[in-house]
This record gives sequence, structure tokens and C-alpha cells, in this order.
Amino acid sequence: MVQGKAAGRKALKRFLPLALFAALAVLLYAGFSLRDPHLLPSALVGKPFPPFDLPVLGGGNATREALLGEPRLVNVWATWCPTCLSEHGQLLRIRAETGLSVLGVNYKDDPAQAKRWLADHGDPYDFNIIDAEGDLGVNLGVYGAPETFLLDASGVVRYKHVGAIDAAVWRDKLEPAWQALAAPR
Amino acid sequence: MKRHPRRTTSVAARRRLRRLVPLLGAVAGVGASAIDGFDLPNAEVAARYQRALAEFRCPKCLNESLASSGAPIAVDLRRTVRRLLVEGKSDDDIRKHLQERYGDFVLYDPPLRPVTWLLWFSPLVLAIALAGVLAHHSRRRPASTTDAERALARQLVEETVGTTKNHAPEGG
Repeated sequence: MVQGKAAGRKALKRFLPLALFAALAVLLYAGFSLRDPHLLPSALVGKPFPPFDLPVLGGGNATREALLGEPRLVNVWATWCPTCLSEHGQLLRIRAETGLSVLGVNYKDDPAQAKRWLADHGDPYDFNIIDAEGDLGVNLGVYGAPETFLLDASGVVRYKHVGAIDAAVWRDKLEPAWQALAAPR
Repeated sequence: MKRHPRRTTSVAARRRLRRLVPLLGAVAGVGASAIDGFDLPNAEVAARYQRALAEFRCPKCLNESLASSGAPIAVDLRRTVRRLLVEGKSDDDIRKHLQERYGDFVLYDPPLRPVTWLLWFSPLVLAIALAGVLAHHSRRRPASTTDAERALARQLVEETVGTTKNHAPEGG
């Protein structure tokens, strides 16, 4: 009886390290692989687009008021950003096929170069806000380009996408979020 | 004029080295960018600036503080922190300002909330579990020897001490 108990304890002792290892392995697997560590959860979703007063590409100024009135995509881009070029075709398609307003934030870029880039590759933007210093970018929580925000008609951020928009991102994420805005509540 | 061949190679080498000089400047610039902040009003604010930089994580670089990162976004955030300091914002205001924009990710000292419970409490839970295991073991060990066994052990020790004078009894 005593021996049986002792044997049981011995078996437990033998398998305890294995069990601990398995538990740790599961924890680390979940921690390291299920989530892309480069993706920050956006702190801005559900909050109003930050106020700004910045020049517009091609002349003039714009403030936050210019964003109100209808849902919009606000796309943070730059000519130095190759991923921006790769998503550009999709932005052009969205603008042409859905009529959803697309605004640009030309982020830490050279305005002359940006103009040339838009002339070369097509221009989906209603207008472009020039954020030469990246200060609006900081207020938006931008940490790279491209990043795209979906705003509702009152200028509240409803969705944020980090990285390139392709057909799948549009179909699975941005379009449903946009449709949800248009739906009567 | 006849040129010495070795001399021409050394000129070429020097020219090649000279081409590396801007690169050297760029490398030095990365280090220098982390110790900017000479535009701050006084030493106390400068000290708060340095402390703040160590406390925030560069959003782009996973494991670098704002102080050590050369990423453009870290440069922007350092400028933002300097501006807030000059505006007279408190350390709490600055933390809140960055947290509102970049979330908890930028904080090297994560706040206590349900998703960080595991982080904050697991050491405590592990310590309690360890204490429990140790207590369990120390309680169980004396109970595992019966009175008869103890009497036998004592008898054996006495016998051993009796026969070998100069040897201390070995622990059992």
C-alpha cells in the first residue's frame, strides 16, 4: 500500500517536468505565433480623427472640418514607400468602382516628388494633406506607411488597417466596415 | 612622369576610403540622434526627457526604447516628447499622450488590466505554488517514517557509534 503510493508519486515526479514543458511550449507557441508582433492594436478606433491644420498638395490648407460629411478612407502614403505603390492600384479601383471618398496623407515626403508620383501612377485622392514633419502621423499613431483609416461622416475613426490594402483586405475588412457605416441603425 | 605603381594603388585605396566617410557619418548620426535634446530649458527637464525616452518603446522596432532607436518614427516621438516637455506637460501627461496614440505597446511598464493579469500575477502564483509544494514536502517527510523505523534507526546509530569510535554517524 505504502509502496504503491510511493510508486505513484515517483511516476508523478517523472512526468511533472514533461507536463510543465508541454504547458510552457503551448504558452510560448501561442505567444509567439498567433499574433504578428509588428501589428499594434490601434488606439484610435472609436475616437475622432485628430485636429490638424496643414497644407494641401497643389495649394491651400485643410483642417479636420474638411474630412466631415461622408465616410472616407484616409490613406497615409509616401513616394519612398514601396508598399504604397503596390497598394495603389487597389485604391484606384476602390475609388473608381465604389465612389468611396479617398483622402491622402502624404507622409514625410517631398511634395514635388509626390505630385510627379501621382501623375505617373494615377490619383485616387480627393486631396492630399501634406504631413512633411510627421506630426499628424504621430497624432494618428502611424508607425509606418501605408496605413489606412476608415472615417465615418462625423470624422470618427471606425477602422484602421496597417500595411497594404489588396483585394482581400478590401473585401474582407474595409468594405464590410464601410457597409456597416452606411447601414441604418 | 613615371608613377610608382604602389603609389597609384594607395591613391585608389584612399579614394575608396573617402567614399566611406559619409557612411561613417550616417553611423555616427544614429548614435547622436539618441542624445539630442539640447534645446530643453534646463537640466531638470533634460533629465526628465532622458528618463521618458527609456520608459517608452519605439513602435516600429519591437524591442528598442525611444532612447536607443534610430528609426524615423522614434525621431518623431522624441521630438513630440521634447515639445510636450517644453510646453510644461507632466510626466503623466506625456505618458497619456503617447498611450492615446500608440496604445500600451509604447509603454515599457505595462498597466494592470485583464490582458496583463498573466504577466503581473504569474510570478506571485508560481511563488505560492512553490511554497505549497515545499510545505507539502516538509510535512510529509517525517510522517513517512514510522515509530518502529525510527527506533530501528536509533538502534543502528548507537551500534555504529559503539563499534567505530572515531567516526561520526552518517546522516540517514
